[in-house]
Amino acid sequence: MSETLEAVAPSAVRPNDVRPLTGNEAIARGAWEAGVKVAAAYPGTPSTEILETMAEFPAEDVHAQWSTNEKVALDVAIGASFAGRRALCAMKHVGLNVAADAFMSQTYIGVNGGLVIAVCDDPGIHSSQNEQDSRIYGMLATVPILEPSDAQEALDFTRLAFDLSELFDTPVIVRSTTRLSHTRSPVAIGDRNEPPPRPFIDKPSKNVMIPAYARPRHGVVIEREAKLKAYFTESSLNRWEKGDTGFGVITAGTCYPYVREVLPDANVLKLGASWPLPDDLLRRYCQSVERIFVVEELEPVIEKEIQALGFKVEGKCFFPRTGELSPELVRAGFEQAGILEPRPQQKTWTPEPLVRPPVLCAGCPHTSAFMAVRASGARVAGDIGCYTLACLDPLRGMDTTVSMGSSIGNAVGMAKAGETKPVVATIGDSTFLHAGIPQLINAVYNQANITVMLLDNGITAMTGGQQHPGTGKTLRNEPAPRVDYEALVRAVGVKWVRKVDSYDLAAVHQSLRDAINYRGVAVLIADRPCVLDPVKIKGPPFTVVTEQCNACQACMNIGCPAITWSDQSFEGRHKVQIDQSLCIGCTLCAQVCAVDCIKIVAPVMQ
Amino acid sequence: MRDPVTTVRPAAWPKTPALKVGPADDACNVLIVGVGGQGVIMVSKVLALLAQSQGFEVKQSEVHGMAKRGGSVFSHVRFGKRVWSPTIPKGDVDILVALEWAEGLRWLPFLKAGSGIFICDTKRIVPPFACLNRKPGAPMRYSKETPAEVVAHVGEAYAIDATDMAEQLGNERAANVVLLGALSTALDFSSTDWERTVAEFVPKKTIPVNLEAFRRGRGWIEDARTSTPAVDVPAPTPATAAPYRIRLDINPAWCKSCDICVKMCPERCLILNAERIAELAAPDKCTGCRLCEWLCPDFAIRVNLDAPEALAR
Ligand SMILES: Cc1ncc(C[n+]2csc(CCOP(=O)(O)OP(=O)(O)O)c2C)c(N)n1
Ligand code: SF4
Ligand code: SF4
Ligand code: SF4
Ligand code: SF4
Repeated sequence: MSETLEAVAPSAVRPNDVRPLTGNEAIARGAWEAGVKVAAAYPGTPSTEILETMAEFPAEDVHAQWSTNEKVALDVAIGASFAGRRALCAMKHVGLNVAADAFMSQTYIGVNGGLVIAVCDDPGIHSSQNEQDSRIYGMLATVPILEPSDAQEALDFTRLAFDLSELFDTPVIVRSTTRLSHTRSPVAIGDRNEPPPRPFIDKPSKNVMIPAYARPRHGVVIEREAKLKAYFTESSLNRWEKGDTGFGVITAGTCYPYVREVLPDANVLKLGASWPLPDDLLRRYCQSVERIFVVEELEPVIEKEIQALGFKVEGKCFFPRTGELSPELVRAGFEQAGILEPRPQQKTWTPEPLVRPPVLCAGCPHTSAFMAVRASGARVAGDIGCYTLACLDPLRGMDTTVSMGSSIGNAVGMAKAGETKPVVATIGDSTFLHAGIPQLINAVYNQANITVMLLDNGITAMTGGQQHPGTGKTLRNEPAPRVDYEALVRAVGVKWVRKVDSYDLAAVHQSLRDAINYRGVAVLIADRPCVLDPVKIKGPPFTVVTEQCNACQACMNIGCPAITWSDQSFEGRHKVQIDQSLCIGCTLCAQVCAVDCIKIVAPVMQ
Repeated sequence: MRDPVTTVRPAAWPKTPALKVGPADDACNVLIVGVGGQGVIMVSKVLALLAQSQGFEVKQSEVHGMAKRGGSVFSHVRFGKRVWSPTIPKGDVDILVALEWAEGLRWLPFLKAGSGIFICDTKRIVPPFACLNRKPGAPMRYSKETPAEVVAHVGEAYAIDATDMAEQLGNERAANVVLLGALSTALDFSSTDWERTVAEFVPKKTIPVNLEAFRRGRGWIEDARTSTPAVDVPAPTPATAAPYRIRLDINPAWCKSCDICVKMCPERCLILNAERIAELAAPDKCTGCRLCEWLCPDFAIRVNLDAPEALAR
């Protein structure tokens, strides 16, 4: 294997250029240094900043795009690879589900230009719908998975991933997690080294996956796996840090620093590649120590492999299979295993924590939609975006949320199953473009009686304000063609379409009532920009004329974070007050106040 | 026993309580917490950059995503000769900087017992969630801990009106920089280096106001170390009184099924029954707000509140 090792010699590192980078910034930098030519992604926490960072590099170096969804993004990257260029695709863990179809075929095809997929898992579900472990996709697709443990490795591994991809003719996954993606640490950076374009491989038996061509390719994939195992056995990616042989710890990725934090001198096998696992190395390691521990986040991927090699190994019995690991949890596991002395019990005092879930912003245009759906008494199939926060009190306007685009299909199913309430699907603009359009076509085709509320706030807000095909701007903020939702919706056969101003509460209520009364698919487009992105909106704030407030709490039902209780009360109920630094002047509270005591603070004339 | 009202005990203030510049490879752990939009990340970035420029290895870890949406936000900053874990283990925080009172309390158990330093803005951001029980007399569900309880559980505690101080400077958003100034007194970096780093992070136009905010925060702690001010920490609001007894009289003969009360009731406790007459379907939810009485065009609803004597109208 020595020839392959030589072939992946690291590119030049700039002396003395060390910068604090997040894991995501380092992945982007690594790809840029590796000469990536096309980078595509759909935003998703915690992966979003990879492409945002990519867009900071010159456009002549790399075409970076927001694609409509992860499958589209991967297909674009695959296209660039076919064309002989290095390509990067980035996504959050659940994005790989969307892209899985293309991914599972591409593993048979392999690559021409290096193809790297950066997948960011979210153990602990900081901002996701689940905490699936992407390493299992590596197993499923027989694709190598590199797992950096800090930002420096994120850069180095990403750069190396392109070399490996071309060397072994395979897509390569660089797996990050929320913790790595969003931790900033010092990184020594290097220069860009753009390989010349490779000629197109004119070979249908490799590039066209019909059964006759795919069957032999599967065999090629299995052979590739063996080569990768041999390579990883010798590669410095997997690092044996020798120590006492009483016990050994096998770990990878972001768990490694936790292990080092609590066991600075332990005998550790740090895996830089968590798939395919280097059997020979594992065997040698396991034979060299008396007790074997595996510390890994989420699924027991490494643990099971070692078991399969016939060793007794301890892992998930001490380190939880759910949630994010931490130094505390790793320490607790080793304490339980009798490796560490229990820490002296600290004086514990737990203040009653204040419940502070994220809320819709003051003046969020989604608010009125959920006030209206709640008042309508409908069954509401929700979707993913900022508006999912409306499932909480006091708005409590959403009954279900499954995955991107599910709302419309779920609504069709509910209606067809005989739900007696009116059925409403609520879906954001970015989510609609991501996975909602086929769902809408299906609803029309199957003549469902549902209302679709398209919440057009003109941005992908949840992930921090990214452009999409409905905003008229690209990732690099350049002008782009803009989707006309009304025309699109009519073109697929929707007969009832209406646009309504989200800040006109009566109109939203009335339009929703009309839409529900229409038999068939009705699409109501709620139209107002997000108040945070792309520009921060701040109008003249409102204030409460306290003497007149009868503390009815109608305005509190909006859930606007600018409105809270004041120290005064009326008949034992708290009167309210408005924090003028937070209020953006959307007028919703003034519209619901029956005694008309919420007034605009007159703009001061200068 | 600690003095229950004084939150500042300057005599015990060590100059460099946590920073270990020597051979020890223990990291210095600073946890910065607050509410989305307050500038938690900016504080941690300034500290991280400064520590890095002084030759330390720095790891700064945060979870954003929900950060903008008014949720609870925290950022771990660790620096030293060698730093492994990006997050600070519970009980290992040397300095906890909180931009909001209840958030500070939430993270107090992370502070190093006995020696940890707690620097907290007295600013209270009450989320809509704390105001869900609208029954007459119901308390706000904001933090209930008293200053004495807090003081009893920390090594050093500073409750600083950073937001007020920033407001006096004409820029409420500089509160985080006031706290940076306060934090700066606990670490062994020169104030020139601090100010240079702050200036790098704030918009050009706001450099003077932010530097002034920084100096005020720093000065406040320095004053606190030489005097013994008793700072009042915001105390929880007590429940106002015993609840009213609420009775609704609905006159079916006058109700014309218009639906207005049903739609306007903030607690959604009215319905039109099978005869399409207004009915109080969820009496336990009714707060007696009288909206239905006032809005009914036909005077069909009367709201009776049997008030306890103690409550002033
Ligand atoms: C498959 C998948 N990709 C990406 C995400 C991350 N994500 C969650 S919500 C969202 C965008 C929502 O945008 P939009 O529908 O416009 O609603 P908004 O947040 O603007 O209200 C994204 C990208 C996800 N949860 N699942
Ligand atoms: S970011 Fe925009 S869409 Fe999201 S809650 Fe705030 S205003 Fe609403
Ligand atoms: S006008 Fe009312 S509802 Fe709108 S942001 Fe201001 S306080 Fe909130
Ligand atoms: S809606 Fe008007 S009267 Fe009712 S609590 Fe709000 S400000 Fe007071
Ligand atoms: S008094 Fe009337 S409007 Fe108010 S909560 Fe009770 S039923 Fe609803």
